Amino acid sequence: MTASLVLTAAAQGVDELIAALARRGYCVVGPRLRDGAMVLEELQGAASLPVGWTDEQEAATYRVHRRDDRALFAYAVGPQSPRRYLSPPRKTLWSALRIEGGFQFEGEADEPPPYAFVGVKACELAAIAVQDKVLRDGPYPDPSYVRARQQAFFVGVNCGSPAATCFCTSMGTGPAVEAGHDLAITELLTAGAHELLVEIGSDRGGEVMAEVQSTVSWRPATDGDREAKHQIVAESAVRMTRRLEPTVARDVLIANLEHPRWDDVATRCLSCTNCTLVCPTCFCSAVEDVSSLDGDRAERVQRWDSCFTLGHSTLHGAGSVRGDTRSRYRQWLTHKLSTWWDQFGVSGCVGCGRCIAWCPAGIDLTEEVAAIAREKEQ
Amino acid sequence: MVPEMPAEAPTIANVTGSRAPAGPMVPARYRVTDHRQDNADTVTISLMPIDDPIDDPQPGQFTMLYAFGVGEVPISVSGCPRHEGVLMHTIRAVGATSRALCRLEPGSVVGVRGPFGVGWDVSSAEGSDVLIVGGGIGLAPLRPVVREVLAARERFGRVALLIGARTPEDLLYAEEVERWRAVPDVHVEVTVDAASRGWNGHVGLVTALLDQLPITPSLTTSFLCGPEVMIRVVARDILEAGSPADHIRVSLERNMHCAVRQCGHCQLGPLFVCADGPVVTWAVAADLLAVRRW
Repeated sequence: MTASLVLTAAAQGVDELIAALARRGYCVVGPRLRDGAMVLEELQGAASLPVGWTDEQEAATYRVHRRDDRALFAYAVGPQSPRRYLSPPRKTLWSALRIEGGFQFEGEADEPPPYAFVGVKACELAAIAVQDKVLRDGPYPDPSYVRARQQAFFVGVNCGSPAATCFCTSMGTGPAVEAGHDLAITELLTAGAHELLVEIGSDRGGEVMAEVQSTVSWRPATDGDREAKHQIVAESAVRMTRRLEPTVARDVLIANLEHPRWDDVATRCLSCTNCTLVCPTCFCSAVEDVSSLDGDRAERVQRWDSCFTLGHSTLHGAGSVRGDTRSRYRQWLTHKLSTWWDQFGVSGCVGCGRCIAWCPAGIDLTEEVAAIAREKEQ
Repeated sequence: MVPEMPAEAPTIANVTGSRAPAGPMVPARYRVTDHRQDNADTVTISLMPIDDPIDDPQPGQFTMLYAFGVGEVPISVSGCPRHEGVLMHTIRAVGATSRALCRLEPGSVVGVRGPFGVGWDVSSAEGSDVLIVGGGIGLAPLRPVVREVLAARERFGRVALLIGARTPEDLLYAEEVERWRAVPDVHVEVTVDAASRGWNGHVGLVTALLDQLPITPSLTTSFLCGPEVMIRVVARDILEAGSPADHIRVSLERNMHCAVRQCGHCQLGPLFVCADGPVVTWAVAADLLAVRRW
C-alpha cells in the first residue's frame, strides 16, 4: 500500500474514485453547482462537480464565477455541510399506533445509505469532530448519528481556495486536511498538467485507492508533489485575513455579558436563523408530534431548531427567557465561542465563515468579538 | 400501598408486533393506575410499567411524559416507586400536552423516558438542619424530599417546611400537608398570596416567614423550588442569614425537548439544565441567574 500517490489525469481519477465508492455501496455526495451556489448532492462522476467554477464570498455576499481552467475543487465551502446528511434537518424518531387499551411503538424509520463525502475541506472535518462530541461521545449517543458517522467515508481536499470570509487558520482547523479523512486530495493544476496528489488516511481509504489504481494512470508521489501541497496550503493560510483567537474570544465574551456591543448588534441582527442553519456545528433540534386525521397513528419528528427563534427558550406560563434579539444573539455567540468550551472542551466555531456570508445583514462574528475586545467593560 | 389495576383494563403487555425502536428518545409505556385532582388545574397521576420500567428516580429528578399523539413534556417526579410502589407525577395543565396528561383516567397508557438530571441529594443533608421551601407547583418535586426526611427523621437536625400558594384553594397535597404538620419535630408553615373566606393562616411572601423558623442558617441545607423570583429572594435571604451558598439547593426550570443534553433548549450559560440540573447549588446558580435573559 502506498501512503501517497498521484493520479495523473484528475477528472478521470475522480470518476474512478466515485465509481469505486459507489460499488462499495456508498451514496457519494459532494459539491455541485445549483441555483447559483455550491450545494451538496449525490455525484455521478467528476462532471457532477462545479468544474471550472469558483466562488466569491464576503459579508452578506455569495457569488459563483467561471474560471479559465477545468479545476475541480477551486472554491470554498457552500451553504451546506455534511451535517445535513449525518444529522438530517428532519427525521422521524419513531411512530406509534393506537391499539386496544393503549398504543404500541413501531419499528425504526428507514435507515439512510452509507455516505461517502467527496471534496471535504479541513474545516468540515473539524466541524464533524465537534458534532461527534455532542451527538456521539456524550452519555446519551444519538443512535442514527452514531450509525451514519460510523459508516461515512471522507475524501478530504486540501484547501487552495479560501474565501474572504474564511478564518480556519486562526482557529487551528485548516486549511490542510490532517485528521478525520480516509483520503486527502491536493489538486495540482499547472499549465501542462492536471493531477491529484492522494494521501491515504485509513485502511479502507487504502483499499479504495488500490482499486482506483488498477483502472487509472498514476505514479508514486515525489517530494516535489508534497512540496507543492505545502505551498498551496501555506498560500491559503496567508490569504486569510479574517482572524479569531479561540481562547481570547472565549474569555472576552464571557467577561462581557452586558457589553453595549450586544445592543448594537441587536439593531442589525434580524433573528432570521440563517447563521445557525448554515453553521456546521450548530446542533439545536426540536421535536414535533404529528398524528393522523383519525388519531390512530402518531409520529415524533426531530427537526433542526435555532436559538434565534422566540420558541427556543419558551417556558409555559412565563414566556420566553430570551425575548429580545440582544439576548438571542448573545446566546448564540457566547455559546458558540465561550460556553461550548465548558460543555465540550473545544470551541463551537471552526472558522468556515458561512455565518458571515449567509447573514443577510452582513454581521461578522470576528468583528463583533474584536469590537468587544477593543472596548472591554471596566 | 399499590393501587389495584382497573379490573377491565385490557392488557397490552403481551402484544407483539414490529420491532420496537431503541435509543434514548424512545419511551417506555406505563399505565395510569390512579388519578387525583389536586386543585383546579393540577392533577397527580400514578403509573405502573407495561414495558421494562425506568430506573428508580432520585428525588428531584424528572421524566419526559408522553401523551399519545399530543406531545411530551418534562415533569418532575413527585413520588418514587421505592416510597410509594408507583411512579407519581403532579402535573399542572398549562399547555396542550399537560392538559392531555391531566385528563388521563386510570387504565390509560402514557410514555415515560428517564429518569433524567441531578436530584436533591437528600442524604447529604444528614446531620444538618433542613429547610424546604416550595412555591406553587414547586412543592411537587419537594414531596419526595419530605418523604425521605420523614422516613429517617432521626438522621436530620431541625426540619422546617415552608409552603407558598396563590390561594388556599391552590395549595397542593392539602391533606398530606396536614399530616406533615402533625409530625412532632417538623415545623410547617403555609402562606398564600391572597386569602379567601375561612383562611386564617399566613398571607404574603414565604420570605416573610424565614426568620421565624427554628433552624440555624449556618448549619442548614436548603431545598428550594418554585417561581424563579421566589428562589432568588429566598436564596438571597438565607445566604445573608449565614447559610453557605453550596448548602442551598435550587431546582431550575428551562425549556426541555430531549432531556439528553442534545437539543440545546435548556441551556443556562454553560449548563444543560436537563443534565447538569435541574438541581444545582446556589454557588452555581447565583451568577447565572444574575444575568438577565441568559
